Amino acid sequence: MTGIDLAAQPALRSAYRLQWEAAQQAWVLLYPEGMVRLNGPAAEILRRCDGSTGVAALVSDLERAFGASNLRDDVCEFLSEAASRGWIEFAG
Amino acid sequence: MAGSNSQAEARGPGPPLWLLAELTYRCPLHCVYCSNPLDLAAIDGELTTAEWQRVLREARALGAVQLGLSGGEPMLREDLAEIVAEGHALGFYSNLITSGVGLDERRIAELRTAGLDHIQVSFQDSTREVNDFLSSTRTFELKLKVARLVKSHGYPMVLNVVLSRLNIDHVDRIIEMAIALEADFLELANTQYYGWAYANRDHLLPSRTQVERAERITNAYRAKLQGRMKMFFVVPDYYAERPKPCMNGWGSVFLNVAPDGVALPCQAARMLPGIAFPNVRDASLAEIWNESAAFNRYRGEAWMREPCRSCDERMRDFGGCRCQAYLLTGEAENADPVCALSPLHARVTDVVARAQGDPAPPARPLIFRERRALPRASGSRS
Repeated sequence: MTGIDLAAQPALRSAYRLQWEAAQQAWVLLYPEGMVRLNGPAAEILRRCDGSTGVAALVSDLERAFGASNLRDDVCEFLSEAASRGWIEFAG
Repeated sequence: MAGSNSQAEARGPGPPLWLLAELTYRCPLHCVYCSNPLDLAAIDGELTTAEWQRVLREARALGAVQLGLSGGEPMLREDLAEIVAEGHALGFYSNLITSGVGLDERRIAELRTAGLDHIQVSFQDSTREVNDFLSSTRTFELKLKVARLVKSHGYPMVLNVVLSRLNIDHVDRIIEMAIALEADFLELANTQYYGWAYANRDHLLPSRTQVERAERITNAYRAKLQGRMKMFFVVPDYYAERPKPCMNGWGSVFLNVAPDGVALPCQAARMLPGIAFPNVRDASLAEIWNESAAFNRYRGEAWMREPCRSCDERMRDFGGCRCQAYLLTGEAENADPVCALSPLHARVTDVVARAQGDPAPPARPLIFRERRALPRASGSRS
């Protein structure tokens, strides 16, 4: 539904940097003159967008790490949103 | 502070997330809308490299994460790469905000090595004639060269163009230029009327028709580009019905350090009378941010007057901009008169009315930013 290819490998775009900020007790996404404070799930997904992990593998990794199942739709929805905001791009 | 009782103040301020380091007020350009103070000649004694590095360390310890390196023209600081390197080591995301003048192959390589994250290049227009007129320099070709240099080094690039009556009708050509230069972001920032822009307001304020056309064109490009180049259109607040939440509130997330070490809640606040802004040479940033009278002055809501004091929207826009309230009403505690609820809203609408149709040219000529005492400089300090 979201048009996300499960084999594609998402990566943060070059202007973006993910960083843990102790002062905010949160992961933040930094970009030119801007910053987004991420909630837990968003940060966990973006941390795995390394340009070499496919979406399917990323989903299984998250399901394993959090002892959850059926995360695929939520993850794809978030990735689609992140791509439309220009945070990530897809390789492969 | 004595007499403050709001919850926000009781908890103490949050961290200053943004540090804007105005490294110098020196600049080779003479832009008619410059946000630097009018009395540039009266300000001297720039912070040293070591002092800036200390400011960065203290700001980072307080929680600052975005670092703006601005001016004036920051490239005029020969020690820029040393300052950037310190910021990089501390974990800042660093943004160089430059006119492009002085950014050559050698220095961009030096900045890359130092860990600079991003470069914003300003243009005054998409045409050589208007760019060079508004900045009173021959810099258009140079800026094109610098923009290509920035991209060839793999940097994300923001192009910033300040819009006014004198260039806003070129907005389609400005967008085309940004696309051709492969900008990642384009800021179309309508002039904010402080500093030199306030002195030149009657020349610069566009008509409503101009603003609406520019916004329409920008939106059409936005739809066409589908996020390939992000565009920000900063609406001119004189045309709004409610004030902007200026700086997200005084002393809320933004900390500005001026070239001489004066710490400010925004670039313009320096001209507010009766406030002793602290200097980083005399106190730590922690003391300045958390405890100084200047930074606590308009935090929370205890300082507000009517109509803000009882307004439902007071925690959304914080009564707007203190500097604009002062400039247009004479008192910083008043509601920003951009607000239609302000009893002094006519101070804005009268100016706006004068900008419609085909007004006669203003009586006073345009003033170009210069580092010398102005004939009417005393008026800027009141």
